[in-house]
Amino acid sequence: MADLYTITDLHLSLADMTRKPLFGLAPRLDILKGLSFSIEKGAVLGIVGGSGSGKSTLGRALVRLLEPSGGQVVFDGTDITHLSDAELRPLRRRFQMIFQDPMSSLNPRHRVGTIIAEPLRLHGFDGIQARVLRALDHVGLPKEFAQRYPHELSGGQRQRVGIARAIALEPDFILADEIVSGLDVSSQAQVLNLLERLVAELGMTLAFISHDLSVVRRLCQRVMVLQHGQIVENRETAALFADPQAQYTRDLLGAIPLPDPSQVWV
Amino acid sequence: MSFLSVRNLSARVKGGGPLLRDVSLDVAVGEVRGLVGESGAGKSMIGKAVLGILPKAVEITSGQIMLDGVDLLALPPAQRRIKVGATCALIPQDPLTALNPSRRIGVQITDRLVDILGWTRQRAEERALALLGEVQITEPTRVLRQYPHELSGGMRQRILIASAFAAEPKLIVADEPTTALDVTVQKQILKLIAALQVRHGTALLFVTHDLGVVSKVCQKLSVLYAGKVVEDSAVADFFRAPKHPYSAALLAATPKYTDPLAGLQPVPEAVIAAVRAEVAHG
Repeated sequence: MADLYTITDLHLSLADMTRKPLFGLAPRLDILKGLSFSIEKGAVLGIVGGSGSGKSTLGRALVRLLEPSGGQVVFDGTDITHLSDAELRPLRRRFQMIFQDPMSSLNPRHRVGTIIAEPLRLHGFDGIQARVLRALDHVGLPKEFAQRYPHELSGGQRQRVGIARAIALEPDFILADEIVSGLDVSSQAQVLNLLERLVAELGMTLAFISHDLSVVRRLCQRVMVLQHGQIVENRETAALFADPQAQYTRDLLGAIPLPDPSQVWV
Repeated sequence: MSFLSVRNLSARVKGGGPLLRDVSLDVAVGEVRGLVGESGAGKSMIGKAVLGILPKAVEITSGQIMLDGVDLLALPPAQRRIKVGATCALIPQDPLTALNPSRRIGVQITDRLVDILGWTRQRAEERALALLGEVQITEPTRVLRQYPHELSGGMRQRILIASAFAAEPKLIVADEPTTALDVTVQKQILKLIAALQVRHGTALLFVTHDLGVVSKVCQKLSVLYAGKVVEDSAVADFFRAPKHPYSAALLAATPKYTDPLAGLQPVPEAVIAAVRAEVAHG
């Protein structure tokens, strides 16, 4: 199958403000150090790593919320590495993002219906009302929820609204950045099962950023493990779990507390 | 003998609905009890009630909190504070907000020792230094002079653990102490808490929503739903055969990377309806 994303030697550095002298420029801090990989159309890619491994930064570079400082990001044949905001705007409909914290990523003063309709309006869709209701239906929320405010919803329901907002635009690619880490296990299970179903039904490509390898194993066909801004392993999920190659992957796996008292940590 | 014994504790939001319903649980000396449940089940509330730091809007309507044989709820507030302050400590969830950003690490650990236990500054500082060594902080002398923003999340959580163990408490309430950390750091921190708990023989009330974590650090377990304890089991028994359908469903919702087909089952509607009815009828 064709690749939706092709990433070549991606570098990204940011100003290190903790080390900025009173006068003069802050030194640069390299976050991503030369990543190359591709994402097939229709694939579900898991991106895992500890805090500070650069997984969120990578995600933000993919949807061009951050501009890479080197290398190339090609989205469906278009080089988006250094496109300007205006040039990106028509493309933005095609790659959407679901955020970690649904409370701070939904406008508390807007009703759910407005929240989902807003990007549709910006991208000049027609039949917005019908699309909003369809999106709510896709994520398993009753249409009355369009009239509610985010604070009236539970964490799991809020995250569904975040998903509805992303899929309403019928994007080709969705980036989900730690979207279940704030939820407790039963809502986590619901949201993940929903996402799994939607990706298959709507034929979207998904990059799923997580620190939880158990969740990734369930959802993703491929897993990419990041450490210190570099790829340490990028393989098919089953192969990676059966026989992790990198020491860091083994450490990550060994650190997951299984719900089983017979697993003893040494 | 149980050091902490919560008996039939009920609490509610002032003028509102119940938060805790007839909660009873025991934590013996040197024992770790896990307190699990979904968000809003009231697990943190129990810890806060024990420590006497409930939000102002919450009131205890009935029950007893026996600490070392003394009913805390029968004590006048000032005495209660002294009793709790001298024997209990908290490891809070968020290492970012729990430390004062404008004060050095050293004074934040030693303040308790000086103010509550009446130690001299010097003795307290020696103790702080030894503790940072115990929580495996390299260069403890330098860290004592640093500010919280100079340290990583894992380092800050170690500071809070050191600080909790500083006054040799008999009981520690750990309120989701590793939720903000990534798995490799979580593993280190959990091992650290477990090692310190054993070495100091502390009773530990461990609030978490992660059954995987429970299976690693706890011996006993209380499962809460809507402020009610629906199951109270030994951890080994619980993971072999949970007694309550709701706790069984919670276990089935917990993902397992070793078995991708098991786990992540949403709690069935029927189970939720049943446990709701059970809780409502007391």
